[in-house]
Amino acid sequence: MSSNVMFSRPAWIAVVLVAALAALLPVLHLAFPPGHALHVSAYAMGLAGKFMCYALAALALDLVWGYTGILSLGHGLFFALGAYAHGMYLMRAIGRDGVYQSDLPDFMVFLDWSAYPWYWAGTDSFWYCLALAVLAPGVLAFVFGYFAFRSRIKGVYFSIITQAMTYAFMLLFFRNDTGFGGNNGFTDFKRILGHSVTAPETRAVLYLATLACLVGALLLCRWIAASKLGRVLQAVRDAESRLMFIGYDPLRFKLFVWTLSAMLCGVAGALYVPQVGIVNPSEMSPANSIEIVIWAAVGGRGTLVGPILGAFTVNGLKSWFTAAFPDLWLFALGLLFILVTLFMQKGLLGLLKRRPAAPAAPDSPASPASPASAEGAAKSEKEAA
Amino acid sequence: MQARRTFVTRIAAAAALLAAGLPAYAADTIKVGILHSLSGTMAISETSLKDVALMTIDEINAKGGVLGKKLEPVVVDPASNWPLFAEKARQLVANDKVAAVFGCWTSVSRKSVLPVFKELNGLLFYPVQYEGEELEKNVFYTGAAPNQQAIPAVEYLMSKEGGGARRFVLLGTDYVYPRTTNKILRAYLKSKGVKDSDIDEAYTPFGHADYQTIVANIKKFAAGGKTAVISTINGDSNVPFYKELGNAGLKATDVPVVAFSVGEEELRGVDTKPLVGHLAAWNYFQSVKNPANVEFIKKWKAYAAAKKLPNAASAVTNDPMEATYVGIHMWAQAVEKAKSTDTDKVIAAMGGQSFQSPSGFTLTMDATNHHLHKPVMIGEIKGDGQFNVVWKTKQPLRAQPWSPYIKGNEGKQSM
Amino acid sequence: MKSWRYLLCGAALVLQGGAGPVAHAAIAPAALQALAGDDPDARMQAVSDIAAQADGDAARVLRALKNDTLYATPDGKVYIVDGPSILDAATGKPPVMPDAKPGATLAAASAVMPAGLDGIVVNNRLRGAVDAALSGLALLSPRRAERLAAARALQGSEPDAGQTILLRKAAGVETDAEIGALLRQLLAMADLRAPDAATRKQAVAALAGSVDPQARRMLQAMLARSAGSTPGHAPDGAAGAVDAAGGAHGEPDPGVRAAARAALDAINARAARTEWIGNLFYGVSLGSVLLLAALGLAITFGLMGIINMAHGELLMIGAYTTYGCQSLFRHYWPGALDWYLAAALPASFLVAATAGMALERTVIRWLYGRPLETLLATWGISLMLMQLVRTLFGAQNVEVANPAWMSGGVTVLGTLVLPYNRIAIIGFAFLVVGAVWLVLTHTRLGLFVRAVMQNRRMADCVGVPTGRIDMMTFGLGSGIAGLGGAALSQLGNVGPDLGQAYIIDSFMVVVLGGVGQLAGTVIAALGLGEANKLLEPLAGAVLAKIAILVFIIVFIQRRPQGLFALKGRSVE
Repeated sequence: MSSNVMFSRPAWIAVVLVAALAALLPVLHLAFPPGHALHVSAYAMGLAGKFMCYALAALALDLVWGYTGILSLGHGLFFALGAYAHGMYLMRAIGRDGVYQSDLPDFMVFLDWSAYPWYWAGTDSFWYCLALAVLAPGVLAFVFGYFAFRSRIKGVYFSIITQAMTYAFMLLFFRNDTGFGGNNGFTDFKRILGHSVTAPETRAVLYLATLACLVGALLLCRWIAASKLGRVLQAVRDAESRLMFIGYDPLRFKLFVWTLSAMLCGVAGALYVPQVGIVNPSEMSPANSIEIVIWAAVGGRGTLVGPILGAFTVNGLKSWFTAAFPDLWLFALGLLFILVTLFMQKGLLGLLKRRPAAPAAPDSPASPASPASAEGAAKSEKEAA
Repeated sequence: MQARRTFVTRIAAAAALLAAGLPAYAADTIKVGILHSLSGTMAISETSLKDVALMTIDEINAKGGVLGKKLEPVVVDPASNWPLFAEKARQLVANDKVAAVFGCWTSVSRKSVLPVFKELNGLLFYPVQYEGEELEKNVFYTGAAPNQQAIPAVEYLMSKEGGGARRFVLLGTDYVYPRTTNKILRAYLKSKGVKDSDIDEAYTPFGHADYQTIVANIKKFAAGGKTAVISTINGDSNVPFYKELGNAGLKATDVPVVAFSVGEEELRGVDTKPLVGHLAAWNYFQSVKNPANVEFIKKWKAYAAAKKLPNAASAVTNDPMEATYVGIHMWAQAVEKAKSTDTDKVIAAMGGQSFQSPSGFTLTMDATNHHLHKPVMIGEIKGDGQFNVVWKTKQPLRAQPWSPYIKGNEGKQSM
Repeated sequence: MKSWRYLLCGAALVLQGGAGPVAHAAIAPAALQALAGDDPDARMQAVSDIAAQADGDAARVLRALKNDTLYATPDGKVYIVDGPSILDAATGKPPVMPDAKPGATLAAASAVMPAGLDGIVVNNRLRGAVDAALSGLALLSPRRAERLAAARALQGSEPDAGQTILLRKAAGVETDAEIGALLRQLLAMADLRAPDAATRKQAVAALAGSVDPQARRMLQAMLARSAGSTPGHAPDGAAGAVDAAGGAHGEPDPGVRAAARAALDAINARAARTEWIGNLFYGVSLGSVLLLAALGLAITFGLMGIINMAHGELLMIGAYTTYGCQSLFRHYWPGALDWYLAAALPASFLVAATAGMALERTVIRWLYGRPLETLLATWGISLMLMQLVRTLFGAQNVEVANPAWMSGGVTVLGTLVLPYNRIAIIGFAFLVVGAVWLVLTHTRLGLFVRAVMQNRRMADCVGVPTGRIDMMTFGLGSGIAGLGGAALSQLGNVGPDLGQAYIIDSFMVVVLGGVGQLAGTVIAALGLGEANKLLEPLAGAVLAKIAILVFIIVFIQRRPQGLFALKGRSVE
């Protein structure tokens, strides 16, 4: 993790190969007709695209949590803001094809509004909305982070106020009067840049765009992690007071990585909404943000590749469980949380990497420590956490 | 090392996803999808619909099935999560290749699955009362439109027999169903001469639990004249609302509250003693006395006991359950008539279908607007959680999904 | 029965002016048949006729109507059926069966139910008339509570001619001051229609102290202009249309109008004051709920540094335990059902505490010093607990009824009703806080807990068994959460999602109040509750909540350690 090289050679090969394979999916979808053994259904491709958006969000979270030690329980908010920003464009693109055949979206018609509110200005431009998808979460994160980090709010308190932030926005967006569709959210999209949203070609393009963003974000984050900035971030995670005493101001570093992470989440959200077809305020619920954290934890935090793996694994499990054993899904998810935090702190990647001859790590909970030594271990963990 | 492992895992993940895309195994049954939340906030209301659907399918299979084949239910759990509804709907129609889907409750869930059904030309039967303002080729609506529930209820409240209300509090949860229903009711009330100052509209968020201020407002508002409260509060927020009402001493004889989302199932979790006299408007009540209903209730209670459903001893039936029951039977009849499960043929055969419903009336599927002709019943809550039917229409009413009280709906009444 | 005999004698004497024999007339079958029929106006008339009889039989029939125990057969005969016993409504005696053998015992005869019995449907309009009639009859009851309830029940509508006569007689013999005042106000409302202005002016002055909304409506109608119609007001007491200028006032005499204006102002001022006090109460009530929900979390987080995301589920466990106790009582001791809370409270505490200690020993113990991991692990536990409860009890809400002594409320200041259940919960919250304070300051466990919190290492060196203390503290916090859940079950829904509704609020209270001090939690909870309720009438429920959350976020920036924090020498 703390190497100066972005990827070792085998790693580069792996990344390129996997990306190429993933890019094959839309080709298979378009080239072969349904029923053919090699055909990839729209359902599968849509699912993969959605998972990649989630993976991007998990990756963004890993940057702040795995590398900088800031646990955010509100990243779902940035994801949702990006989704809403893009959604505004898609709602404008419906034009007069909605239920009421009016220039306004349906939800404004049943609220008896006669014109767009001021904050909808300019949203008929695709590029403006895309910029908004990146800037809105970015600006919010910058302002929130500036005040929070300046007051030196850390650890658990910070997590709780990020929860408060996302909860407050969720309540705000659930209000129909706020002008974002309330509980219905944005749905029933027709077109994006003139092409039908549901056409196979559009789906394929969206999928490839998501793949490109995911790979690009991975490379960007890896570059940051491998640079000197990355070292400072890890120092913030491991020993912030010491870093301050040496003379660095953690505020700038934290703020930078926090804002960048929020913008990446916004991009993920923007790519999510046309593929899924709906965005609604429950994307901002605290539970959603905690799920992003579990994706990163399951995959292996601090590895960047781990969260991608974790997102795919957990969401794949979810899709399977809710079909096969709907009553058991929440048990499985809860158990996963507990097992990962107790036994798999390095996540799946840690499991895959474990060498048989490696000595037991000092922080493994497997040893039934007596209270005193547990205290000692706990104390050193506290400094590290 | 790390890279290779990651590589292998990702290949495995990709392969698993590819496998998911392979076509479903064909069998000699007709698959039907059941799309109701079995966990999350809506599980309270929707779980019983899944069970009634399964019971109806068993009943049809016991009589030989449809077109000689047995019906095979495919149950999925979208967990009260709207994007997941869309995903599960797509899974049911594209992957499992079901002939029809029976499901959804909230308008949000229906709106999120609608694009899927339109794109894949699937068939959805929606059993819950809703706000109207929708008419889709791929959906059949077996629940009430506003003119089959909300408007008759308000008419009753304004009548002498209903208390002669002159002022109205429109209290709802903040989402499309209450908003649209209240818009329609406002226009209706205005057409009956009720002034704007005699109407008070208020919205609370989902899961709101502290109704003290709202009940105090109702009391204040009621001081200005005989008031009725029209409650479109969703699901279990009704419980703290009713508790607060009862404790504040607002009796039904002073300020009657009519609710459109409270039925026998919702009253199971409530102490109904302080609620006696408050009203609900539906197209069916469990307390309606006729042979078809006696049969229906008996079948349901036996099914609940046999399958050891939770709280089977106090199992109740309600309007969405009856609508699910009727919807599945009508679909089966349409398939028999069309001699095929092909969506377009079934849609054509649905018009004019009729069924003897447990409500005691014969319900007919309208030929042009995909809605049922349904009777309207107004019931007062009794101390035991059942309803006293105090008023009902003599004949079923035709639905008006496009309310005439909303501008721009004039030309839209049929498919 | 004895008091009703007194009543019927007294009422009948009063109404007939003391002349004539006491009437024990059976109810006219025609009136009963009308009750069983379909014509709603005939039914209202029948109630009126029966009430006019004013004897024990009439009261019996009216009460049966109110309790839904009046039944009728298709041929129009009406019976009162209460469980196994059946009485003829007209006579009040067990029905005489046509084919009863001479000499057959009454018991045997009454055991035969007539065929085709169906309940008479009572709707709100009928019930309202029945209530008014029963209240009228109760005005002369020897028991003060009954008379007071009857006088209060007659408020809200204008007394008609028959009721006015009754009111005058009752006011004449009434000795109690409070009831007398109420009766005089009701009479004043009737006097507002008196032909001469002096009586009207007197009546208006008497109404200045009224809290009856009907009085306000009538005064407003007097001041309103009606377009050319006769002076007076609509019979249903509507507020009256204020049409374009030019119509006659409801009240022709200007002196009376001025008095009415003054009286109306007094009434409105009083209403505003009452509303304000009401908001204060609602705020304290909400604050006490928040306090109960957050106190357990304050202990575990404040004293142990553990973020317990399963705290909401511990609340839920307490609520479900209460439900279990209620079911047990219903099954085995139905007579003592009203006291099930006495068993439910300790049970909730113990069950939740046990669950908490089990959690601590199995999962949380390994995660000390890693608060972020504790957060995640406890979130997983909360998911499992919710699904477990769903599997065991079903996804539907379960019914937890308020015991009878907690239903209803006390009326203060005339119109403000303070519900008993909320008053009880406020009291309970402070009791719990007091108990926790006692435990923390006056017991050995409390001493150890404080020691471990202040300096774990040192406490360890001195010999305090920190592992066990951690477990006990977590158990204590969880037990208090269980108590909170038991209280919440009395207010709202009990379902698997109960905890989720309170978890964010609990965290806000704990973070705002600061860790380590009980006072912080108390003040934060009450403050947040009060602020929420004061904002709500102005901005609506959602915006008030959002404003509170924003306030907390901003407050934490300025004072990251919360309101009351332990002073320490730490850089963090």
